[in-house]
Amino acid sequence: MKAAVLLIPLLPLASFIITGFFGRRYFKDKSHYLSVASVAISWILSMYVFIQVERGQTLSWQLYTWIAAGKFHVDIGFLVDELTAIMLLVVSTVGLMVHIYSIGYMHGDKGYYRFFAYINLFMFSMFMLVLANNYLLLYVFWEAVGLCSYLLIAFWFPKLSASNAGMKAFLVNRVGDFGFSLGIMLIFVTLGTLDYSSVFAAAGTIGGGMVTAICLLLFTGAVGKSAQFPLHVWLPDAMEGPTPVSSLIHAATMVNAGVYMVARSSPLFAHSHTAMLVVAAIGTFTAIFAAIIALVQNDIKKVLAYSTISQLGYMFMALGVGAWTAAMFHLLAHGFFKGLLFLCSGSVIHALGGEQDMRKMGGLRKKIKITYWTFFIGALALSGFPGLSGFFSKDAILSGAFSGGYWYFWIVALITVFLTAFYSFRLIFMTFHSEPRMDAKVFAHVHESPPVMTAPLIVLSVPTVVAGLFLGIPPESGHIDHFLHRVFAAAIVTPEHQFGFLSGSLMAISAVVGIGGILLAWHFYLRCPFLPAATCKRAGRLYTLALNKFYVDEIYFAVFINPLRRFSRWLWRIVDAGVIDGAVNGAGWLALGAGRLLRPIQTGKVQGYLFAMFLGLLALMVVYIILTL
Amino acid sequence: MTPLQHYLVLSGALFSVGAWGVLARRSIIMVVMCLELMFNAVNIALVAFSNYANAGAGRGEVFVFFVLAIAAAEVAVGLAIGIAMYRLREKLDVDELDEMRG
Repeated sequence: MKAAVLLIPLLPLASFIITGFFGRRYFKDKSHYLSVASVAISWILSMYVFIQVERGQTLSWQLYTWIAAGKFHVDIGFLVDELTAIMLLVVSTVGLMVHIYSIGYMHGDKGYYRFFAYINLFMFSMFMLVLANNYLLLYVFWEAVGLCSYLLIAFWFPKLSASNAGMKAFLVNRVGDFGFSLGIMLIFVTLGTLDYSSVFAAAGTIGGGMVTAICLLLFTGAVGKSAQFPLHVWLPDAMEGPTPVSSLIHAATMVNAGVYMVARSSPLFAHSHTAMLVVAAIGTFTAIFAAIIALVQNDIKKVLAYSTISQLGYMFMALGVGAWTAAMFHLLAHGFFKGLLFLCSGSVIHALGGEQDMRKMGGLRKKIKITYWTFFIGALALSGFPGLSGFFSKDAILSGAFSGGYWYFWIVALITVFLTAFYSFRLIFMTFHSEPRMDAKVFAHVHESPPVMTAPLIVLSVPTVVAGLFLGIPPESGHIDHFLHRVFAAAIVTPEHQFGFLSGSLMAISAVVGIGGILLAWHFYLRCPFLPAATCKRAGRLYTLALNKFYVDEIYFAVFINPLRRFSRWLWRIVDAGVIDGAVNGAGWLALGAGRLLRPIQTGKVQGYLFAMFLGLLALMVVYIILTL
Repeated sequence: MTPLQHYLVLSGALFSVGAWGVLARRSIIMVVMCLELMFNAVNIALVAFSNYANAGAGRGEVFVFFVLAIAAAEVAVGLAIGIAMYRLREKLDVDELDEMRG
C-alpha cells in the first residue's frame, strides 16, 4: 500500500519531467505515450488503494521531515483515509479519461508535448493535494494546482484573451489563497501544529471566536479555488483553455479542492456554527446566482462553467448544513458527469471546427450520435433525473438541508434544481435538436470525433449512470454514507435517520422539479421556438442583467481595478517620475549648479592663482603670528 | 660679523621683488627670471641661517645646491615652454594661457 501511495503522484511527476524536458525535441507527436501510461498506472494504483481503504485499511505515513525549526515542525507525509480514497477515485479516473481524450483533441497542436507535460504536472499536484497529511503540504499543492491551471488556461498564450484569462485566474485565486494562508498561520499560532490529526484532535480546545476566524479564513481559500461568489469570476474566463483542461481542472478536480479542504477540515468547522452558516449561505447564493447566469449564456462552455459554479455552490451548501457525506457524494457524481459534459462539449466544438456559440449549432443529433447520447446522459444526471448519479447526490444534499432545519436553503436549492434542469436541456436542445443554424458547408463537414475521443465519453457515462445506484441506495444510509461515516463521525451534527416517508416525498419533489425544468426547456426550445425571444423581451432588465453576468466584472473594474490603476498611474507620474526621479535628477542639478557658481574662480590666469597662493600664505603667517603672540 | 637681520632683510627684499615680478609681469621670460630671484632670496636666507646655526652646520649650503640644481632644471623647462608657446602663438604673454578657464 505504501509503495502504491508513493507511486501514484510520482509517476505523473516523472512523466512531467521527461516529457517536459525532452518532449519538444524527441517525443513531439508521441508525447502522450509516457503521459497516458503514467496516469494509467496511477489509476490502477488508485483503484488498488481505494479497494484497500474500502476493506478498512487506512494509512498515515510520515515520509520525511520537511521543516523542523524549533516548534515549527512540518512533515512530508501521506494520509489515506476514506475521504482521500474518494478523491483519488475521481481524480485518477477523470484524469485518465481526459488524458486519453486529449490525444485526439490536441492532435496536431503545436504545443502537444507541452500540454501533456502540464497536465502530468497537474495530476502530480492534485494527487499530492489529496494525499497530504498536513495543512502546509496541502497549501503547497493547492498553489501548484493553481499554477497548472494558470499554465493551461493560458495554454494558447498568443491569444490575448487566453493569456488575460490565465492572469485573471491567477490573481483572483491569490485573493482567496491569501485568506487561506492566514488561516493556516492562525492554526499554527493557536495550536502549534499543522498536522491534520493533531489539529483535529485539538479542535475542541480552540474556543469560539478563534475557531470561527480560522474556519472563515480557510473558507476564503475555498471560495477562491472553488469559484464561489464573489470570487467566481475567474472560472468562466478559464474556458479559454483547451476543453480537456476545462473538463479535468475546471470541472472535475481542481475546483473541487475547496470542497475537499472544507470537508477535510470538518472537525474544525463543526465547532463553529457561524462559519458553517456562512459556508451554506455563500454556497446557496452562488448556486442560484450562477444558475440564473447559465440560463442565458450562449457559449456552450460558458453555460457549463456557470453550471459548475452553481453545482459547487450546492456542495458548499451541503457542507454548511452539515451534510458532509452528501457534499462528497455530489463531488464524486459531479466530477464524473461534469467532466463528461465538458468532454462532450469539446467533441461538439471539435465537430464544428471550433464553433462554441450555441446559436450557430442545432440539428447535430443525427450527425454525432455518440456525443449526443453521452451528452444527453450527462445532462440528465446534471438535471437530477431519477436514477442517475446526480439525482441521488443532489437529493442527499436537499434532504440534508431540509432535515437540518434549513428550509430556506432548501427552497433556494429546489429553485436551482429547476433552473439547472432548464439550462441543461436548453443546452441540449439548442445544440443537438431543431434546425441546423450554421452554414451548410460547416454542417456538411460535421463528423463524429475519433474513437480515442468518444471512448472516454462512453467510459465516463458509466459512472454517471450507475454511481448513484451503487452508492446512494438507500438514500442517506447508502454505501457512501457508511464508507465516509468514520471520517465525518466527529462532525456530523444532524442525527442519523432512516429513509422514510419524509425523505421519500422530498425525493419525489426534487425529481418532479427537475423533470419540470426539462419539460419547460422542451416547451421553450422545441415546441414553441419563438418563446425564448419573447420571454427575454418581457424579462427586459433581468435578462440584460443575467446576460451580462450581473456586471460583477464591471463592478470589480469600477471598485478595485480602475482605482488601483489610477493609483498606480499616480504613483508612476507623481511619486516615481516626480519624487524619485526628481531626487536623482536634483542631485545632478545640484552638482551642476554648484559648478556653475564656482566656475568664475577658475580664470585660467596663472598669475591670478599665484596671487591667491600668496594671499593664502600671508593669511597663514598672520594666523601663526597671532597664535604665537 | 654682519648680523643675521641684514641678510634676512636682503633676502626678504629680493624675495618681494621676485614675487612682485612673478605676479605682475606679463612676459614668460620675465616671470621665469623673477622666479630665479625668489630662489636666490631663499638661498641667501638658507646660507645665512646655516652660518648662524651651531648645530647642523653646513646643511643649509647643501640645500642651496639642491635648489640651484632644481632651479636650473626648472629654467630649462620654463624656457622650453616659452619657446613652444612662442611657436604656437607668436606671443609670450601669460595672460594668453587661459585654456583652463572655467
